[in-house]
Amino acid sequence: MTDTLTPVLSDNWDAERSWTLDSYADGGGYDALKTALGMEPGALIDLVKDSGLRGRGGAGFPTGMKWGFIPQDNPNPKYLVVNADESEPGTCKDIPLMMASPHTLVEGVIISAYAIRANHAFIYVRGEVLHVIRRLQRAVQEAYLAGHLGKDIHGSGYDLELVVHAGAGAYICGEETALLDSLEGRRGQPRLRPPFPAVAGLYASPTVINNVESIASVPSIVRNGASWFGSMGTEKSKGMTLYSLSGHVTRPGQYEAPLGITLRQLLDLAGGVREGHELKFWTPGGSSTPILTAEHLDVPLDYEGVGAAGSMLGTKALQVFDETTCVVRAVLRWTEFYKHESCGKCTPCREGTWWLVQTLARLEKGQGTEADLETLLDQCDNILGRSFCALGDGATSPITSSIQYFRDEYVAHFEHGGCPFDPAKSTLFAPAGAHA
Amino acid sequence: MTVTSKEGQEVAKADLVTLTIDGVEVSVPKGTLVIRAAEQIGVQIPRFCDHPLLAPVGACRQCLVEVALPGPDGEPRTMMGPPGRVKPQASCTLTASEGMVVNTQISSPIADKAQQGVMEALLINHPLDCPVCDKGGECPLQNQAMSNGRGETRFVETKRTFPKPINISAQVLLDRERCVLCARCTRFSEQIAGDPFIALIERGALQQVGIYEKEPFESYFSGNTIQICPVGALTSAAYRFRARPFDLVSTPSVAEHDACGSAIRVDHRRGKVVRRLSGEDPAVNEEWITDKDRFGFTYARQDDRLTHPMVRDEETGELRTASWPEAFVVAARGLQAAGATGVLTGGRLTLEDAYAYSKFARVALGTNDVDFRARAHSAEEEAFLASTVAGTGLGVTFEDLEKVGTVVLAGLEPEDEAGTLFLRLRKAARKGLKVVSIAPFTSRGLAKMHGTLIRTAPGDEAAALEALAHDGEVALDAGGILLIGERLAAVPGALSAAAALAGTTGARLAWVPRRAGDRGAVDAGLLPSLLPGGRPVDDAAARVDLGTVWGTTVGHEPGRDAAGIVAAAIAGEIGGLVVGGVDPDDTADPAATRAAIGAASFVVSLELRATDVTQAADVVLPVAAAAEKAGTFVTWEGRQRPFGKVLVESHALPDLRVLAGIADELGTPLGFKTVEAARAELSELGGWDGDRVAAPTVSTGSTTRESSTTDGDGLRLATWKQMIDDASMLDGDDYLRATGRAAVALVSAGTLAGLGVEAGANVTVTGPGGSATLPVGVADLADGVVWLPAGSDGINVNRDLGATAGATVSVEGGAA
Repeated sequence: MTDTLTPVLSDNWDAERSWTLDSYADGGGYDALKTALGMEPGALIDLVKDSGLRGRGGAGFPTGMKWGFIPQDNPNPKYLVVNADESEPGTCKDIPLMMASPHTLVEGVIISAYAIRANHAFIYVRGEVLHVIRRLQRAVQEAYLAGHLGKDIHGSGYDLELVVHAGAGAYICGEETALLDSLEGRRGQPRLRPPFPAVAGLYASPTVINNVESIASVPSIVRNGASWFGSMGTEKSKGMTLYSLSGHVTRPGQYEAPLGITLRQLLDLAGGVREGHELKFWTPGGSSTPILTAEHLDVPLDYEGVGAAGSMLGTKALQVFDETTCVVRAVLRWTEFYKHESCGKCTPCREGTWWLVQTLARLEKGQGTEADLETLLDQCDNILGRSFCALGDGATSPITSSIQYFRDEYVAHFEHGGCPFDPAKSTLFAPAGAHA
Repeated sequence: MTVTSKEGQEVAKADLVTLTIDGVEVSVPKGTLVIRAAEQIGVQIPRFCDHPLLAPVGACRQCLVEVALPGPDGEPRTMMGPPGRVKPQASCTLTASEGMVVNTQISSPIADKAQQGVMEALLINHPLDCPVCDKGGECPLQNQAMSNGRGETRFVETKRTFPKPINISAQVLLDRERCVLCARCTRFSEQIAGDPFIALIERGALQQVGIYEKEPFESYFSGNTIQICPVGALTSAAYRFRARPFDLVSTPSVAEHDACGSAIRVDHRRGKVVRRLSGEDPAVNEEWITDKDRFGFTYARQDDRLTHPMVRDEETGELRTASWPEAFVVAARGLQAAGATGVLTGGRLTLEDAYAYSKFARVALGTNDVDFRARAHSAEEEAFLASTVAGTGLGVTFEDLEKVGTVVLAGLEPEDEAGTLFLRLRKAARKGLKVVSIAPFTSRGLAKMHGTLIRTAPGDEAAALEALAHDGEVALDAGGILLIGERLAAVPGALSAAAALAGTTGARLAWVPRRAGDRGAVDAGLLPSLLPGGRPVDDAAARVDLGTVWGTTVGHEPGRDAAGIVAAAIAGEIGGLVVGGVDPDDTADPAATRAAIGAASFVVSLELRATDVTQAADVVLPVAAAAEKAGTFVTWEGRQRPFGKVLVESHALPDLRVLAGIADELGTPLGFKTVEAARAELSELGGWDGDRVAAPTVSTGSTTRESSTTDGDGLRLATWKQMIDDASMLDGDDYLRATGRAAVALVSAGTLAGLGVEAGANVTVTGPGGSATLPVGVADLADGVVWLPAGSDGINVNRDLGATAGATVSVEGGAA
């Protein structure tokens, strides 16, 4: 267990024009590709399995195991799809990575596609981030020109086509099966499972869908070995990862550290909560993960540690809120997001988020009683685990966890006849030293 | 709802899985969904998106149940979800498996609460307009809200609203705020009808059914979406706000618009049909009917409906109302005086009525001059029907189409001419059936069946059929079926070639006529050379067989066919005509048919509504419409589809009762006066096991036509009737008619270029008898062929061009 930063993915972000092939190659970029092409694909899958790499998109499913599910006797083509539809509120790790070092991802894609014997790979990027799309497109072009992509890559006999696909801006398309529908040109809505994508995914063919950070981690594992990767992190959550600190924190940004670091350590590195204020609540991995409070400052930020604390590691998007923030207001804003982004396919999420927003809006104005809190919790109970996909589940997390930790604050709204907070004080442009 | 998967066959034990539902052990076939396994033990799990004939989607989440699966130790382990919580599963997407333990709302408080939660969510945005909603009283949402919902809502906020309603077609209306977004309608349109012109758009609670504005929701099957809508979101312009379901009497019946015999449910009130729905019959139409079968019933109560018998006044020469006894007497005396009499009927008779005409002609009029074919026909066809169709009973069935590898269509456009057959073919095609069509172009229907076109100009079908025997691509064998449309009667050699092809390849053959009464008429002997049950007129044993039941002798000379009767009437060889439901414009030569009616000295017309025939007739006898009588339609399969009288208060007389009245006055009683008695006599008569007529062997004549599809400067005419067209049986429902496809003349791109006009511009098509102007379009026709709908947008090809399929016409750009 280490408490220092371990820049691997972000190691070259400060290099001159780090997004260019030249810059990336100067730092040893694409060496791992050459190593990988000299290996058997199956050996690469074993290497990633041995490393203990788990999916960085939120669920933490072991990456190597996912690759192993691809039925190699299936006559259909196999596909690798990179989920770069980063849309979770608070989450901002993949986009900086692709901005600063798109070649890390491209190299990871080539190695991963080779491992699962795919000859076609896609990077599905959310459409709003045009600057990122352009960087990726340029990087892919450079990789083609350098012979890293295309036919017979470096004489290995292996062919790979890589397509950067821009989504149309829907949160649901980060859900992997909705992403596949969108990629196929349909409306993005989650698919019925089974069949699982590993068996019948893109164009009903075996498909691996991985998060950007997962795939970008692969070259470093090939370069340095599984045991190197496993030397970082905790027993079941191995390796380094990007923690994204945002909100009421002195130096927000990406902090690449071993899994298992604590928020207290990260806040120390980030200069602490903004001056003159104290931590009130925070999300461990975006708004879909139940909020935590100051009492959880020493929870190890790995899959098991955060799970034991009643939340989820998620995307490691640490949104930090100080005591000026009205939790009801914050939760309402998040819930409005889920209402806006619900795809509409299933009843609990579609109608439930519509109702939750109206109820919360009423409560924020102080027009409610404690009975409404019970109704609100029961609404969440009827959505969590009842909706078609995890979007509905995520929508309930901020509500149930905020009532768990801050019931009094909800009640204060009723007693006050409205929000007792000054919303201006929680803004980052509020005068320093302002207090609630 | 029906389960068609196993067709009632016994399932081997190895193909069963045993699970426990609410403590009751039940064995179901592998692959059965939990929601249907529960039905087996009488447990109804509430549902909206689930439909047994649509692919599972799991969208509404109403059918959540608690499920446990056996672990490695065999002990059931409950399926869990987000940390530490039981995760109820959607029973409409979950397949039953061995050892599964399911607890529904009956035995699981968790499942019950989950269902109530979903129901509450469905209702928050659902308007409380049940008192004015068409679905009120028969609404799955209303019913299941009562059975599986909370008594009181906790929603006190604002409901989502939309402007209401919007037209998604001329007939189908959408109230978006009532919609629960189960996607049954969109899935039906995509999966069953193949007309995906409606789709879900927008997202979240603003998701809604939308249309593609450039392509109207033009589907022959759109009414099914209304019927399967589990709420009142989809309504028909025809029925909206017309009735409350609990005020209606529902009677099962059989559709009268085509030869498919679809099961329908007729809802009526105070002697008036208010609407029709699809019945459920897995063997025939499953749960779907065409829009024609659904909405086409107002023809029976148009202003021109005949209500009283009429006779021509001797002094004024005008038709005047008469009593039934007077009309019978006048008819009988007139026919006696007229001498030789021919009988022409259309193809819309029930089997019993057809039998009455058949017997009336032979017994009361003493003639074999009887024919039901009010369309192009031939002696070859008669031989084909006698040899291959008449009295053969149930042959190829709807279900057979799903079991074979190849179906060849010839002279048949199922989407237009037999809609239920089209749906079954499409269903089979989605599972791998190869459909091959001998037709002039790739119709929309053929494309939806993913079919293969054997491009054939009209007249060349016989050669195309002959060539199929050696076609390695189609490779027709005993695992194939030939579906032959009635239109091939107009092509010399085609029916002979079809019979020969079936013989050489072993493929099974079925004749698919257009009208509901056609097959029954063949079975009842409404042909000049054929007696009931497929008995040949010129077979002494057959005549004796019949004479035993009829107690009389039957003429041994085959009579005249319809064209022969018309010609004989014009020539004065026949004085009397008995005409039952024939529209002269349907016949191959409308002018000749009119002339024959004018020339005949005495015409008796049995009709529903005033027509050209009734105006010229000497005695007009009003008869009962389908809903006003009992009867039997025989489907193209040969399946008897008996139905009872729907409008029991109606006093309208079926044709057979009217014929019996005339026969009595002629002194030659028919021996029955009711449908039941006619049915009993038919049954007593039984089938014919004697010799049959040999199949026709007319040569194709392809040598003469093969030379070129362009006959001189003209184009060869291809034509058939579209499903929703100017047919008189669609009169009265303008919304339905508005959903029909517009009349467009189709030509090849090459031919269009020669015309010097753009697609969409008007062209004038001229035949021997006149011309018609309509827009032109492009299809993959052979050069030198033009296709016209036979009776759409006021253009009747027979009447206006004086031409039938295969004739040579000319086409010019611009209006005439």
